[in-house]
Amino acid sequence: MGDAEIIPIGTRGRPGRGSGTRRPSSAARDLAGPATRRRTTREDAAPDDAVPDDVAPDGAVGEARDLASVPPPDRDVPLAGPGDDATAVEAPDPPGIPAADWLNALVAGAREVLGEDWESRLAHGLAAVRRRLTGEYAVDEYGFDAELTRRLLFAILRPLAEKWFRIEVRGLENIPADGGALVVSNHSGTIPVDGLMTMFSVTEHTGRFLRPLGADLVFRTPIVAGLARKMGATLACTEDAERMLSGGELVGVWPEGFKGIGKPYSERYKLQRFGRGGFVSAAMRTGVPVIPVSVVGAEEIYPLVGNVPALARLLGLPYVPITPLFPLLGPLGLVPLPSKWLIEFGEPVRTDSYGEGAADDPMLVLNVTDQVRETIQQTLYALLMERPSVFG
Amino acid sequence: MGRVVLVTGVSRDLGRRSAAALAAAPGVDRVIGVDVSPPRGDMGGVAFVRADIRNPVIAKVIAKEDVDTVVHLSVIATPGTSGGRSTMKELNVIGTMQLLAACQRAPRLDRLVVKSTTTVYGASSRDPAMFTEDTEPRRLPRSGYAKDASEVEAYVRGFARRRPDVRVTMLRCANVVGPHVVSPITSYFRLPVVPTVLGFDPRLQFLHERDLMAVLGHSVTDGAHGTFNVAGAGVVSLSQALRRLGRPSVPLPAAAVGGVGSVLRSARLTEFSPEQVSLLTFGRGVDTTRMRDVLGFEPRYTTASAFADFAAHIAPGPGPGERVVAGLGRVLGAGVPDDLDGPDGPRGSGVPSNAGATRALGRGGRDA
Repeated sequence: MGDAEIIPIGTRGRPGRGSGTRRPSSAARDLAGPATRRRTTREDAAPDDAVPDDVAPDGAVGEARDLASVPPPDRDVPLAGPGDDATAVEAPDPPGIPAADWLNALVAGAREVLGEDWESRLAHGLAAVRRRLTGEYAVDEYGFDAELTRRLLFAILRPLAEKWFRIEVRGLENIPADGGALVVSNHSGTIPVDGLMTMFSVTEHTGRFLRPLGADLVFRTPIVAGLARKMGATLACTEDAERMLSGGELVGVWPEGFKGIGKPYSERYKLQRFGRGGFVSAAMRTGVPVIPVSVVGAEEIYPLVGNVPALARLLGLPYVPITPLFPLLGPLGLVPLPSKWLIEFGEPVRTDSYGEGAADDPMLVLNVTDQVRETIQQTLYALLMERPSVFG
Repeated sequence: MGRVVLVTGVSRDLGRRSAAALAAAPGVDRVIGVDVSPPRGDMGGVAFVRADIRNPVIAKVIAKEDVDTVVHLSVIATPGTSGGRSTMKELNVIGTMQLLAACQRAPRLDRLVVKSTTTVYGASSRDPAMFTEDTEPRRLPRSGYAKDASEVEAYVRGFARRRPDVRVTMLRCANVVGPHVVSPITSYFRLPVVPTVLGFDPRLQFLHERDLMAVLGHSVTDGAHGTFNVAGAGVVSLSQALRRLGRPSVPLPAAAVGGVGSVLRSARLTEFSPEQVSLLTFGRGVDTTRMRDVLGFEPRYTTASAFADFAAHIAPGPGPGERVVAGLGRVLGAGVPDDLDGPDGPRGSGVPSNAGATRALGRGGRDA
């Protein structure tokens, strides 16, 4: 190591900093030559000792040499020219990782992630991706994309439903295996998460899709509108409800609407007015059963403690919620509280036993509406008694 | 003795070919084509009379030729070469009035077929998923083609009341697509980069041009009295259509789409009328039960296959995403099977696309 030499800095030429674009500064020119020559000869001899011990104590030398090992673009002394023996022996491999290593890593990774039959699984996955990309999938006349709903939406909802809300579902035997039925549920939670969870639970346990009926605000709002139809929703109007029910679909309605979902936390688990009973007359006209559903737990996910009516009017929304965490914590306030959920499907209310003109008899329709509403309310109380605590 | 048919609006491509197809139909003796400008191209067995339907001279044509069937195709969606919006309105509305006035005075006339459009239903967030013929539009169209079409329909209904002996068939056709169709919706899909409305994915229905000609011929010879929605079975969403087309799309906020539309109009690429923007926002579906049961017509093309036929003519070749996936499949040696677990469809047979895939998947025995 005795050959280490003190490299003078900036002793010749014009002082200044090199811009690195066209010419290196004189300091850099001074440094580059001897430093690189030393580097090429030393590397095969003593690779373990990069910086000599007895160099200048200020450390500038080491830095300068590092700088200099990167050649400026228009140097006239070639660093690794074709005629240079040392480098030709030194670097026979092209830089980078060989393709075989990439392939091995990919295969190992695929096996790790997808298991032993990774090839067929991957082929399935690629086929699915290609089908999505080429548009070779089917949507029904309402725009429902079953594949997307099952593979994407439910995949996202599953951990939320099972791990976060720990949903317990009861009374699944009340959902008919086929044919039309109208599922009527209470509505709460500031954002219609309860609807999504009911849809998920129905499909998860029975394999049938619950087709929600939504307010026209849903179909007017960008992004939401695009997703709603793909998830199987359609507009809550008589035509669509009867069309779906007579088509043998399992249709979900939340007759409380925005009154239910946007009610303050203090009124939790108190059912609001059940619309005008339109859902009952649709069920009567098509002769399908009404299945009352009670959802406990959704009230606590975003406790609505305030509302900004002026802003809501400005935005054309039914309400602008204030919860203990939103908008205080910003986007973090959108994380729902992990309440414990219970969903109970009640005994079906038959509507096919009523006579021909029953759907046009307002008294009968309102009575059945009240009956359904009362069933849901009583079940809610019973479920609340059963639940040890909000987060239990 | 066969029928003598008068067809209006034959200068445009669809009208000309529909007239030619009518002339070749059995049970039709003569076809007289009428328009203000002569058609370009082969008319087949159609006799062309240069006459303006906005002018009472049309009554003389009907009387002189002993016309017993009138097919009114002359309701146009865009001003095109004929001039501005006022000319278009005059052609559509005044032309229909004059034509119907002439028809009312023609004693031998016993059939009237009018091609209308599903645009009369409008498109909004408050619409049912599928319109039936009895559904009233939630908002009456206020401008453009939709308003013209609904006024034309009102005149036709008035005519039907005054001449109960004439069988009036009104066909509300979905957007017509086909290799040769030039219309706002086809020029929209022909754009190199297709603007869409951000956050909306409308449902669309199409009618193939051959089915349009078939339904016109069917209405002339067999037909039924009344109003009928005519569309191919099923719906496709716009995103799906664009993927099948392999065209890139650029989502724009709803407010910006109108501005882009006027730029495109000045560039003469396509026309973005307000009713088309609302169609591309909210979409529309029509129920075709009456077409099948009462009119007795069954389109040969579904919405999807009509669009596929159109797409095959304008944009062959897969999109970039599809190429990446196919390339990835090749690199990994697994191949991409055609449709292993597809939910439905004729391609869901589980037959891998090539021999390599068959081997790699270990399902050699399932080769069909």
